[in-house]
Amino acid sequence: MRDVAIIGVKNTSFGEQWDRSFRDLVVDAGVGAVEDAGIVGEKIDSMFVGNMSGGQFVEQEHIGALIADYSGLAKDIHIPSTRVEAACASGGLALRQGIYAVASGIDDIVIAAGAEKMTDVPAPKASSALAAAADREWEGIMGATFPGLYAMIARLHMHKYGTTSEQLAEVAVKNHMNGQFNPIAQYRKPISVDSVLRSIMVADPLHIFDCSPITDGSSAVILAPADIAHEYTDTPIYVKATGQASDTIALHDRRDITTLDATLAAGRRAYSMAKMEASDIDLVEVHDCFTIAEICAIEDLGFVKKGEGGIATQNGETAIGARIPVNTSGGLKSCGHPVGATGVKQAVEIVEQLRGEAGKRQVDGAEVGMTHNVGGSGATAVVHIFSRNR
Amino acid sequence: MSVARFWRNQIARYNLVGTKCKKCGEHFYPPRNMCPACRRDGQIEDFKFNGHGEVLTFTIIHTAAEGFENQTPYVLGIIKLQEGPSLTCQIICEPESVYIGMKVKPVFRKLGQDGERGMIYYGNKFIPEQC
Repeated sequence: MRDVAIIGVKNTSFGEQWDRSFRDLVVDAGVGAVEDAGIVGEKIDSMFVGNMSGGQFVEQEHIGALIADYSGLAKDIHIPSTRVEAACASGGLALRQGIYAVASGIDDIVIAAGAEKMTDVPAPKASSALAAAADREWEGIMGATFPGLYAMIARLHMHKYGTTSEQLAEVAVKNHMNGQFNPIAQYRKPISVDSVLRSIMVADPLHIFDCSPITDGSSAVILAPADIAHEYTDTPIYVKATGQASDTIALHDRRDITTLDATLAAGRRAYSMAKMEASDIDLVEVHDCFTIAEICAIEDLGFVKKGEGGIATQNGETAIGARIPVNTSGGLKSCGHPVGATGVKQAVEIVEQLRGEAGKRQVDGAEVGMTHNVGGSGATAVVHIFSRNR
Repeated sequence: MSVARFWRNQIARYNLVGTKCKKCGEHFYPPRNMCPACRRDGQIEDFKFNGHGEVLTFTIIHTAAEGFENQTPYVLGIIKLQEGPSLTCQIICEPESVYIGMKVKPVFRKLGQDGERGMIYYGNKFIPEQC
């Protein structure tokens, strides 16, 4: 198996983008990443596109071919293009498939992209499309919503560990604090604990400011064999590990409602592959689709003890400059959550950090970064570890 | 949801009939046709649950799922049945009165319908045991 490096990255701006279509967004990200890598289209061997629900959001399937076509990679050069779907973990899985393609030796230069266009449908339709990531026949039919499922995780976490609404709010406050310095972020404005707690209740105990927004956006990275990465860039970022795991589709079938066993397993696989442990990681982008999700993630990835994610966040341990900076991009909460793009966006953030190009969000001396991308209420988890050093 | 898709699970939904693996003794609701532990060696048979259980966790939903808009706020919970498995279901009670560990029992109720003229779905919701 070959070592793999990232040689180019690009995020589009994230937010409500009524003037841009699904295909506009992916082409923008893809072309940006190609330019960043300093390559030409003919060099590309294959592409993988993470997309959760083009069918429901823009009534478009066959996403792989569409994107290859509008990127100028279909007609004449016929680059193979594959859509990858695992709900909100689609982006992370597209990246993983790209890594497989390069590591295997079959492909050299590969684009891994992710995209979602969520605002072309009314919000209730978008929520309904997202609910398809849960078990439609045994959760959705009962009136379950995604905030509702994560609210049930939060309720039990509070009951078992004494986590408070204020601690949940601190996750959103910290992520907005980081997001204000991210030029692509959907919400670039600090918020207070009080404003989170005063925002409307969506699914008790989660307020609207505990929830990530509906977002349009796309992200792309260019992958290459590590042996030739220096031909394209002075600052290749090396893929040290990729870990993926599955769990039950329905929340009610989990071993423990407050633990994402898929995160545990994907994290364990990634740590083992990289021969690292949590203390080796300098910063991490976790899947904070809801504030409680970040608390579970930092526990399940081993950055804090189980049950102590809330208090650790409240004590500032996850802020930039602290022990383990979490979601320097602003996370899903402040940067936005175009579901298919998120897993790739997380990798772009880590690459910018490890290159030292993250501006006011920069984590000083960052050498090793991790991404953590979740599908549904935890039925899929993908964890990657990246390093400046091969 | 199409008529056939709902009808297929009608007995399970109406009568709380799930399955049981005779080999390892594990109970499943919602029903599974393959035991995750024994897989191909498992022996699956129907099993009717007694319906008694307790609230493992819950939420009070204020922003409804599509089709549930006129029910807000409604209580949604994960109920752990006495025989072992857990399910997601609405709990009919005052939102302030629900708590983790509350004993509940099932009642037959309308779950929803497809628009004005579409199929009506029935199934179980849960109510407090002392009710």
